[in-house]
Amino acid sequence: MTTLDKILDEYPLPLSVKEEIKKELEKINASEDIARKVVERCYQVYLRNLMEPGEAAGIVAAQSIGEPGTQMTMRTFHYAGVAEIDVTLGLPRLIEILDVRKNPSTPMMTVRLLPEYATDKEKATEIANKIEATYILDVADLATDIRRMRIIVTPDEKAMSKKGLSVDEVKKKIEKSLKNVEVAEGEGKIVIQITEPSYKVLMDTLDKLKKLVLAGIKEIRRVIVRKDEESGEYVLYTEGSNLKKVMKVKGVDASRTITNNIYEIYEVLGIEAARNAVIREAISTLEEQGLEVNVRHIMLVADVMTVDGELRQIGRHGVAGEKQSILARAAFEMTVNNLLEAAVRGDVDRLKGITENIIVGQPIKLGTGDVELVLKLGSKL
Amino acid sequence: MKFRLQDHILVPKHILLSDEEAEEVLKTLGVKKEQLPKIRADDPVAKEIGAKPGQIVKIIRESPTAGKSVAYRLVI
Repeated sequence: MTTLDKILDEYPLPLSVKEEIKKELEKINASEDIARKVVERCYQVYLRNLMEPGEAAGIVAAQSIGEPGTQMTMRTFHYAGVAEIDVTLGLPRLIEILDVRKNPSTPMMTVRLLPEYATDKEKATEIANKIEATYILDVADLATDIRRMRIIVTPDEKAMSKKGLSVDEVKKKIEKSLKNVEVAEGEGKIVIQITEPSYKVLMDTLDKLKKLVLAGIKEIRRVIVRKDEESGEYVLYTEGSNLKKVMKVKGVDASRTITNNIYEIYEVLGIEAARNAVIREAISTLEEQGLEVNVRHIMLVADVMTVDGELRQIGRHGVAGEKQSILARAAFEMTVNNLLEAAVRGDVDRLKGITENIIVGQPIKLGTGDVELVLKLGSKL
Repeated sequence: MKFRLQDHILVPKHILLSDEEAEEVLKTLGVKKEQLPKIRADDPVAKEIGAKPGQIVKIIRESPTAGKSVAYRLVI
């Protein structure tokens, strides 16, 4: 440990600040005496720049996100950044993030591969084919024979081998998932005989057959293989998302595979990962629109969303809706309902928060209002 | 080798504190246990480190502003 490290170690400064000071001091090759003085001055400036106790951090964050938010476009489609995958952008996406939608409108995954797969295009494509959902129409032709009440499946050999499927596997899959049918194989074709002679059953079976996922992961509708210019490795981008299943696929680097579905991240990777995901997604959405919002504001929002150990949305069913005060809830949304329900239950508002005190016209506990001075009687000033 | 959730790029380091360490943290922060942010006992990472309700988890986050920042969560 150098003397510089020792000096810095005495001050409770954040790591990034320490590193910055260290870099600058090393540049000028400062002596111990100067270094100590510089660090002391830096620490004073750091203390001066800390947030005051009682400052309305939430209001500042809300305004800092809200103002640029008004400039966001309502346009939602077409994204040219990665491949040809459409991703919701702008205001609708930001709302989606803050609302913690369980099913975002355009789920998407970035799947990174283990080194031996990432450098080889063929191996990468192999994995892509393995995770992409394959339906029967992708690898075979279907024909219905109404007279004999049966469906004839004619597999396309080229497509089958591309997906790594054999006729036998397909046959087994069909047998397993369809009821009331007899499946036979002959001359490379699969014949599905409906046991009950009814036109409706035939059509229902056909529909079911079309929806049957033969291979891959149901949610992954499309996979695109792209070479990452920076690292030179092949990366898969998927339309649709299923983090849990994709992480288990052989050849996938589970530790670097991510999805844009925040709720899925919360379920698979836990609350802290969800917090990180909220920050990442919100910042990238804002940045894409050319808006600069300091990450601290987003971090505060992400913190509020995750304090309880579960991912809460900002809004009626989450942070704002769970407020203790009746008046604060009524001031937010559904005023009449909130007041009525509170009246029916006979709830009491303790007037502890900000909103309710503004409503009743009292000083609020914020900033200087948060401080109470009590004079001790009999003591000398 | 089984994949550890904590190796994932989105998951920061979680450390389960012993009772003595937890006591010390609460003392330095000057708060009660209940005032800490929470983490559910059925959270995937909490399960992985074997956290039980009432214990405190120390989380070392990679922060874009502070470099590294330490946070604590109470297991519920």
